[in-house]
Amino acid sequence: MKIKRRDFLKLSAGGSLLMATLGPTAALSNTEKKALPPDAVGILYDSTLCVGCQACMVACKQANKMPLETEDVYRRWDNPQDLSSKTLNIIKRYQDGSEATKDQEQDGYAFIKRQCMHCIEPSCVSACPVSALRKDAKNGIVSYNKDACIGCRYCQIACPFNIPKFQWESTTPEIVKCQLCNHLLKEGKYAACCSACPTGASLYGPMEDLLAEAKRRLKLEPGVYANFPLNRIGPDGSNRTTSHKVGQYVQHIYGENEVGGTQNLMLAGVSFSKLGMPELPDEPFVRLADGIQYAIYKGMAYPLALLGALIYMIRKGENNGDHKDKA
Amino acid sequence: METKQPLGGRVLTGPFVFFLILVLIGAYFAAKRFTLGIGAVSNMNDGYPWGIWIALDVVIGTALACGGYTMALLTYAFNRGEYHPLVRPALLTSLFGYSLAGISVMIDIGRYWQAYNIILPWHSNLHSVMFEVALCIGAYCLVLWIEFAPALLEKMKADRLLKKLNRVLLIFIALGILLPTMHQSSLGTMMLMAGYKLSPLWRTAFLPLLFLLTALIIGFAVVIYESLFSSVTHRLPLETTILSKLATVTFWCVLLFMVIRIEDVNLRGYLPLAFDGSLVSNMFLLENTFLLCGLFLLMYPGNRNCPKLLFLSASCLLIGGSLYRFNTYITGFDPGNGWQYFPSVGELCITFGIVAVEILGYMWCVKRLPIISVPQTS
Repeated sequence: MKIKRRDFLKLSAGGSLLMATLGPTAALSNTEKKALPPDAVGILYDSTLCVGCQACMVACKQANKMPLETEDVYRRWDNPQDLSSKTLNIIKRYQDGSEATKDQEQDGYAFIKRQCMHCIEPSCVSACPVSALRKDAKNGIVSYNKDACIGCRYCQIACPFNIPKFQWESTTPEIVKCQLCNHLLKEGKYAACCSACPTGASLYGPMEDLLAEAKRRLKLEPGVYANFPLNRIGPDGSNRTTSHKVGQYVQHIYGENEVGGTQNLMLAGVSFSKLGMPELPDEPFVRLADGIQYAIYKGMAYPLALLGALIYMIRKGENNGDHKDKA
Repeated sequence: METKQPLGGRVLTGPFVFFLILVLIGAYFAAKRFTLGIGAVSNMNDGYPWGIWIALDVVIGTALACGGYTMALLTYAFNRGEYHPLVRPALLTSLFGYSLAGISVMIDIGRYWQAYNIILPWHSNLHSVMFEVALCIGAYCLVLWIEFAPALLEKMKADRLLKKLNRVLLIFIALGILLPTMHQSSLGTMMLMAGYKLSPLWRTAFLPLLFLLTALIIGFAVVIYESLFSSVTHRLPLETTILSKLATVTFWCVLLFMVIRIEDVNLRGYLPLAFDGSLVSNMFLLENTFLLCGLFLLMYPGNRNCPKLLFLSASCLLIGGSLYRFNTYITGFDPGNGWQYFPSVGELCITFGIVAVEILGYMWCVKRLPIISVPQTS
């Protein structure tokens, strides 16, 4: 094929122009962590303290009036397999080989609690076209408003933890996810899962205290007995403690930095990937998409300039009389 | 001298009845969806919350409906009057494509009766890519109807209204170029949010640019396809001269697309992933094979004058471009945790029904409205 020099230059020029306009968007992305809301609350889940009793799951169903998930004809027990539109919080189990030792990767087992992570920079909130998902400016709880939701399910695509669930069988479907029992806060109560936890594995409180507590635990010497707070810490804490043998912690606080940090922190004795938690970068995925959108649509300047240019070009063509009868 | 006129002839033909039956089957499943819920007809699930209603009807459907956009761009913005005979038929397919994508969305979204929340300022989320896409597509549907109105007004002989419309049509033509540029690229930005769930073979900051280019490529290919098809079926002379010029423009777009597409995957170091033999990587290879075939066919200027090769290359580009979009939304998307998705019969029937409405509408319109340019010798 004969490539005309002029055409080739045009193409390359056009290409580099486009690359140049997109280039700065890459620079927009940064790894600086966004600050927590002023009164941020959350949960610290410690897998090494969890005995898998599922009291948190029962409490969650009662507090949020969620239906049972069961194959049992007499409906005597709840038996969800995973998070779903009927289950906001679930204890899952990792197992390997003989399953002899707790919190051991080989020939062992471990528990993990799955629920909404209440991200510091939530993808779902950024994705939602109608602000049905919002992050509270004070306590940071990510909540859902069914009266705004149009059911587009973009939040499900966007969530890196696959948390929002959709009521597929309903004619008036809603998105369902943990809202950290924000309906109980007015009554002076707090997350039902944490108030029900008998071992201190699920601990509720201000984020600062939770993070300090998590860091304290990572420094404890494995195998010795230590005190662990129960249910709730901070100014409104329960002041109850329980004594446990310190587990062999993986030296990582899951949620401290993942996708910009979450208000649900986790400690465990086996690697988080074994427990089914995704390995995530510190930079939230929403930043790249937001950066590009912001670069193109900032103040609508580019679109309006393009519109103006188009009108000018079309009018010029019209005056030349090239196409009098439009469309 | 050429003029646009209705082609006439019987409307109720064999193919017409066939597509009508498809519409009725689709309507049955749509009724089921609205009375029993989305789960009753669809295989979509919490891992794959978007299925073919979004990937085929909206993401690919609106690209196939980009003929109106690309022709308006060439004819009006780049002032190439010679493409004029192709504008009106292209606008018609765009009108149907976009309107039906809109209907598809209403079937797909769970809480459709609240869809107007998008335009209520206290609900609107300006940060959301979905917000921008929804608003742009909605606005463009309106713009398309206005752009197409002259054809209806000519038919109704409403000359005074036609004159008035012609005076402001300029703004709508400009909007008809701006809006698709915006939302077609944003359809790419949309999937950036999926993060690690989207395979690195598709996830790149170039998604918006690549989606805009596929919109152009598919738009051009559709116009070539449509023109050849209606010339043959309605026994009109082939518009080969214009088409070969169009093919040249298409060639440069595909070349630009392929360079960015392959270089991007290569520079990010993920090219070896394309050869690991998995379904995902094979789909990547298939998609690019079709696009490269289309590119090579158009590379030789001689080929661009041959209707058969034009048809073949347009087909390759349509399939390749559509696969690129399909893979970005479905094949390349893996939420993990063992989730699977394959469309159900009911889901497919609704999509087929919607495509059938489109074809029926086009068949009726070219026979009854002044759409196609016919030489005035007859």
